[in-house]
Amino acid sequence: MSTETLAADTPSMAPPAVFDTPPGSALLRQLLSRPTALAALALLCIILTMAVFAPAFSPRPPDDVDITRKFEAPSLEEPLGTDHLGRSVLARLCHGTRVSLFAVAAILTCIVAVGLTAGCVAGYAGGRVDGLLMRACDVFMTFPTFILALFLVGLLGSGLTNVVIAVACTHWAWYARFARGLVLGLKQREYVLAARAAGTRPARLVLRHILPPVLAQMLVMAGLDVGHMLLHVSGLSFLGLGVRPPTPEWGVMIGDAREYIGTHPELLLYPGLMIFVTVMAFNLLGDALRDALDPAAARETDCAPHGPAGPDGLDGMDGMDGMEEHEDAEPGAPDFGGIGAGAREEAA
Amino acid sequence: MPAYILKRLAALIPLLLLVSVVVFLLLRDAQGDPAMAYLRLSRIPPTDEALATARRMLELDLPLWQQYARWLARAVTGDFGNSYVTGRPVLGDVLHYLPATLQLAGAALLLTLAVSVPLGVGAALHRDRPLDNAARALSYTSVSLPNFWLGFLLVWLFAVRLGWLPALGRGGFEHLVLPAVTLSLMSMGINTRLIRTSLLENMHARHIMYARARGISERGVVWRHMFKNSLIPVLTSLGMHVGELLGGAVIVETVFAWPGVGRYAVSAVYNRDYPILQCFMLLMTAIFVLCNLAVDILYAWADPRIRLGEDRA
Repeated sequence: MSTETLAADTPSMAPPAVFDTPPGSALLRQLLSRPTALAALALLCIILTMAVFAPAFSPRPPDDVDITRKFEAPSLEEPLGTDHLGRSVLARLCHGTRVSLFAVAAILTCIVAVGLTAGCVAGYAGGRVDGLLMRACDVFMTFPTFILALFLVGLLGSGLTNVVIAVACTHWAWYARFARGLVLGLKQREYVLAARAAGTRPARLVLRHILPPVLAQMLVMAGLDVGHMLLHVSGLSFLGLGVRPPTPEWGVMIGDAREYIGTHPELLLYPGLMIFVTVMAFNLLGDALRDALDPAAARETDCAPHGPAGPDGLDGMDGMDGMEEHEDAEPGAPDFGGIGAGAREEAA
Repeated sequence: MPAYILKRLAALIPLLLLVSVVVFLLLRDAQGDPAMAYLRLSRIPPTDEALATARRMLELDLPLWQQYARWLARAVTGDFGNSYVTGRPVLGDVLHYLPATLQLAGAALLLTLAVSVPLGVGAALHRDRPLDNAARALSYTSVSLPNFWLGFLLVWLFAVRLGWLPALGRGGFEHLVLPAVTLSLMSMGINTRLIRTSLLENMHARHIMYARARGISERGVVWRHMFKNSLIPVLTSLGMHVGELLGGAVIVETVFAWPGVGRYAVSAVYNRDYPILQCFMLLMTAIFVLCNLAVDILYAWADPRIRLGEDRA
């Protein structure tokens, strides 16, 4: 719920440097060399398997109500027992994985698409278009995100599609700002200037030379935000405003189970644990990915919290190499939090 | 300084106006017809005639900009219309529930600071030792825990199993403990991390070296020179935490049946009681914006470069 809060200051800083993407195999090797990333990756594989093969893991369909079998204890047939309507808890958990991951994927796709477009247009066109788009961003960044999402769902009505729209609406502005900053930086790069001098048309220039590196950065940012979005979706569903109840979703399951906290607390435990583990795995992997892609940023992150939407400015888990890097760092001129200052000034 | 504050306040006005336009337009564009919603909730049969009357009453027949102008003129004087459900003025109801929310969010903010400041400083000073690792674990856990689930876990442990604290409602101090802890945990984790990083960044700065060279005690170096400078980015995030706490309060209030404005807004969503929703939205945004303004002012006070830079400009 807070990923964007700190990141909010990021995009308005000096245009972030664009990293040069290392080849896929090198990236993978770097990722696999980090134990936390490896663990996160393994967890995500399990979770993805659960989502893809949900029917195979399910003893019964997830919405198969059987009142005669309510609150069954775990058994061989029902490994996690049944809920207050006699539905299979395991089946609902597995199918819930599908719903949650799909919702998050849809949200992030929308945000990246809108943010990328708005950011590229604003950054490349500049002038009045830029001003207009950035004012729109300002307005959307003025609202507390969850409250805006609640308001939008209130207007649109509940349901998966509306939740996707609402959460996307509340977050695109951060991405647009970030993309704009990147584009502004790239515009001055020699290869872009060279292409321009060679007479490349603007549309082609943006699509061929500016879009790809910006997109890569945005995807890293999106990776860091997966967990955060998942919390938004399940939070709204828990309130009864997200995915509608018969659909198996983790937030809905927690909402359903709250009545039985005194008698059957385990019904609350499973879906919450699923959310927690999934969000954690995505956060760890997102951090590791960012560090692997951009060692310079990782080093800086250890000193200054400003990775692209780094979940809340958390740096990598591996403190060891962080320390070495830090010791190497030159004691620079005293900088009294100039980072935040710049952000504030521009945000004003 | 007063000039700076005035300037910042003046800059807020166009932003808030834009916000009000967005809120107003979103509401008008809502899928449900406000006139229909009004009739349904007032249990009036939706005949054509009743619809026309409702439309006139809700001023839906005027051109859009006139609707907005009238709505804004009333909103500025505190008139957000009447609730579709109770028929009472919305602002009164919202203000009735607001103190509970502010109490909860305020307690959570204090708790956040009370834990994150010592923990963050400790983690930075004992880098990669157990305390730092514990702080890191807290940070990673806290940003991944869904707060509604955490709330139920705490209720189950402390109210159902141990019976130490009440599970629901608002009352004395003991009622505040569980909701405030639930609400603050995420900000706590983030803030701890931020303070740690910020301190580490400052640790090798030249003025720290100079302070050490002057023979200032280690405690003086840490608190007067290091900590004060690391507060600046922390201050920035504080304004953002307020937004998180207000949003999180909606969920936490629902979990703990805390009679706050967030829970009231959720029920307004169920009822499609748009005036309440609108008032809630604007009020929360205003609080959020004002908190950020306060942070900016504190910030200018703490960092002369901003203040002076602005004055020169």
